[in-house]
Amino acid sequence: MIDIQVKDTALVEKECLDAVRDPGAGGTVLFSGTVRNATQGKKVVRLEFEAYEAMAIKEMGKIAQDIVSQWDAFHVSMHHRVGSLAVGETAVIIAVSTPHRKAAFEACEFAIDTLKETVPIWKKEVFEDGEVWVAAHP
Amino acid sequence: MNIRLIAFGIAKDILNTSKMEVALAAPADIKSLKERLTTDYPGFADLAKLSFAVNEEYRDDDFTLKDQDEVVIIPPVSGG
Repeated sequence: MIDIQVKDTALVEKECLDAVRDPGAGGTVLFSGTVRNATQGKKVVRLEFEAYEAMAIKEMGKIAQDIVSQWDAFHVSMHHRVGSLAVGETAVIIAVSTPHRKAAFEACEFAIDTLKETVPIWKKEVFEDGEVWVAAHP
Repeated sequence: MNIRLIAFGIAKDILNTSKMEVALAAPADIKSLKERLTTDYPGFADLAKLSFAVNEEYRDDDFTLKDQDEVVIIPPVSGG
């Protein structure tokens, strides 16, 4: 099963774990990306996430499909938050269940790495004295 | 021909709007739109990458645009 969601409410790890539960799974890996309190020594006040939602869901779906075919995953769950997030809040959760643990670790890392490259979601870091769209400039 | 632009993230800041119409000389493709935008709004030339989507798919430079196409500007993504 593939479970993809873009939400403007708090993400819940258990929902992703429940979505990938499978009696054939020997390993489940969950990655949780959270808002850090500083970037290069500068204090972060909050992050603002914006998504081109229809395409973001489509691109995350492609990643999940790749995981099912490359790592024989049973289930993939990807939830991404949008809106304004405070330090410590969860921005993204990815869970993958596979027959053996090694594949689950690899697939989960592939998922977050690829998401950061291809999924049309943007984050703005808000500092005490300004704000910046992350990765916009070289 | 006219196309409808949709902007997200920093592209919205550069255009100062999230939606606008652009008149292009036909035939037009993504490349000609990109050239037009970077000329009219130099802020686009400073970006690490500038991509475009039509019908929720990334499109290459040689993708032909039609009148009334909705084109989404995809500045460098930074999800996760």
